Amino acid sequence: MTELFGVPIRAILGQLLLGLVNGSFYAMLSLGLAVIFGLLNVINFAHGAMYMLGAFLAWLGMTYLGLDYWVMLVLAPVTVGLFGAVVERALLRRLSKLDPLYGLLLTLGLTLIIEGVFRSFFGVSGQPYQVPEALTGASDLGFMILPNYRAWVVAVSLTVCFATWVVTERTRLGSYLRAGTENPRLVQAFGINVPLLVTTTYGLGVALAALAGVLAAPVLQVSPLMGQNLIITVFAVVVIGGMGSIAGSIITGLGLGVIEGLTKVVYPQGSSTVVFLIMAVVLLVRPAGLFGRER
Amino acid sequence: MSITRTQLVYVFGLGLLVALPFLGAYPVFVMKVLCFALFACAFNLLIGYTGLLSFGHAAFFGGAAYAAGYSMKAWGLPTPIGLAFGVLVAAGLGLVFGWLAIRRSGIYLTMITLALAQMVYFFCLQAPFTGGEDGLQSVPRGTFLGLSLQDDLRLYYVVVGTFALGFLAIDRIVHSPFGQVLKAIRENEPRAVSLGYDVDRFKLLAFVLSAALAGLAGGLKTAVLGFATLTDVLWTTSGAVILMTLVGGMGTMVGPILGAAIVVALESKVGDLGTALAQLTGIEWFNALGESVTIVTGLIFVACVSVFRQGIVGEVPGLLRRLLPGRTST
Repeated sequence: MTELFGVPIRAILGQLLLGLVNGSFYAMLSLGLAVIFGLLNVINFAHGAMYMLGAFLAWLGMTYLGLDYWVMLVLAPVTVGLFGAVVERALLRRLSKLDPLYGLLLTLGLTLIIEGVFRSFFGVSGQPYQVPEALTGASDLGFMILPNYRAWVVAVSLTVCFATWVVTERTRLGSYLRAGTENPRLVQAFGINVPLLVTTTYGLGVALAALAGVLAAPVLQVSPLMGQNLIITVFAVVVIGGMGSIAGSIITGLGLGVIEGLTKVVYPQGSSTVVFLIMAVVLLVRPAGLFGRER
Repeated sequence: MSITRTQLVYVFGLGLLVALPFLGAYPVFVMKVLCFALFACAFNLLIGYTGLLSFGHAAFFGGAAYAAGYSMKAWGLPTPIGLAFGVLVAAGLGLVFGWLAIRRSGIYLTMITLALAQMVYFFCLQAPFTGGEDGLQSVPRGTFLGLSLQDDLRLYYVVVGTFALGFLAIDRIVHSPFGQVLKAIRENEPRAVSLGYDVDRFKLLAFVLSAALAGLAGGLKTAVLGFATLTDVLWTTSGAVILMTLVGGMGTMVGPILGAAIVVALESKVGDLGTALAQLTGIEWFNALGESVTIVTGLIFVACVSVFRQGIVGEVPGLLRRLLPGRTST
C-alpha cells in the first residue's frame, strides 16, 4: 500500500511529522502561556517575541561568537529567561493589581519594541542556519524517511513538556506554584516568597518559548517576524485547550499541529485557518475549552 | 434649550474641521486622520463603554475597506452605496465575531477576536478578488449624488460629513438608555444580570454597532487613499486602534480622536524625526527610525500602560489642576 485516498503514504507521513514538529512548538508555547497566566493573570503577548529572541540569540552566537549549537541550546533560553525576569520585575509587577488587559497591552508594546529593534538591524528576510552535524541526515525507517533533526525536535520538546508536567504536578516547587495560582495571598501568609515565585515563573515560561525558538530555527529560518503569526495560532490553541491543565495544553498543542499537517495534505489552502475554525467549533460546543473549567 | 459645554466643544470642533483646508492643512492627511479617528471612536464604544477589549477590529476595518473598494471599482457603485456595502459586510463580520466571542469573557474574548481576525486576514490573502499581496489598487473615488469626488476639497467635505454623522451616532448610542446598560455591564456584569438585563444581547448589539462603524471608517479610508491592502486586515491595525484609544483616553468621547491624530501623525513623521535626531546626535542608526515605526509605537504602548493609563483626556485635567492650584475646576 503506497497510497491512501489517492495521496502517497510517504507524503502523508512527511506532513504528519512536520505537523508533530509544529505541534510540539504549540505545546511548549501554550504551556508557558498557561503557567504564566495561572500565576500572573497575564496573557503574555510577548511570547512570540521571546521565541524569536531565542532563535536569534542562537543564530547570533553561532555566527558571530563561534559558539556551537549545543551551547546555544542552553545559553539562549537562559539569557531570555533572565531578560524575562527583568521585564517582570521592572514592568509587569507594577500592573499586578490591575485588569489583566493592561498586562496584555504592555507585552504587546514589548513585542513591537523587540521585533522593531531586530527588524531595524537584520531586515525581514530569513537568516540561514546550520544544523549541527550529529543531527543532519535522515534515517530510513523502511516505510518512510525520517529527517534526524525533526525527530530530535519532537523528542526534545516532548521531554521538556513532560519534565514541566512532572515539576508542576509532582514536586514541592510545583505545589507552591499550584497553590499560588489558587490563592497567592494565603500562600504568602504561609511564608513562601510569592514575588520571587512570580518572577521565576515568568522567566521559566519565556525560557520555554526561547528554547522552542532555538529548536525551530533550523526548520523554519530565523527572522524577526517569525514569532508573530505563531503566537496568534498559539492563542487559538490556548482557547481550544483552556488553560486549566498542563497535560491539556500539551495534548491540544500536539493534536492541533498534527491536524494542521494533515490539512496540508488534503486541502493545502485551509491549513493556515484550520486551527481557527476548530476554535470556533469548540467555542460553540464547549465554550470553556476542551480541558478548561468555567469560572 | 441651553447649549451645554460639550455641545459647544463639538460645534467648535466641526467648525475647525470645516476651516482646516483654508488654514493650510493638507486635506488628504486630515481625511486619513478622520478615518482612523472614526475607527478609534467605534472601537472605543466597545472597550470604553462596554468594557470588552476586541483585538480583531482590523477585520471589520479592513474587511469593509476591501468590500467598499471592490464594489466601487468592479461594480462602479457610487461612493455612498459602496460605503454602505462595506458597513454591511463589517456588521455581518461583527455579528459572527460577537456571537462567538461573547461566549467567553475578559482575556479569552480578546484572544478569540484576535484569532478570528487572523482568519479573515488569511481569507483576504487567498481570495481571488482582493489582489493578494498587492491589495486592491487604484480604487476610484466615485461619485456623491452625481458629483465626482476627484477634487480633494469636495471629497474632504464628504469625509467630514460622514465622520460627523458617525461621531454623533456614537454619542447618541453612548448617552441612550441602551448605552447606560452597556456602562452598567462594564462596571458590574453580575449586577446587570441580576437586574434582569439579557447581557449577552446587549454585548452582541454593541459588538455589531462597533463593527459597523469601524467598517464605515474602513470604507471611507479606501475612498480617500484609493487602495485597500493586507495591512488593513493585519493584527497590527487592531493594535494601532487600541493604541489610539489608549493614548487619547478610553471611555471618553474626544480622546480617541486626539489619539488617532497623534498616532497617524507620528507614523508619517517619525522618519523625519529620526533624520533630525541622526543629524543632531551623529548616530547613524536613527536614520533607520522611519522604517521601524513599531519601536516608537511599542515605547508609547509601554509608557501609556505603565504611567498614563487614563490617556490624554483622562490625565491632563488632573495634571492641570495640580499645576494650577488656585483654580477650581468643575
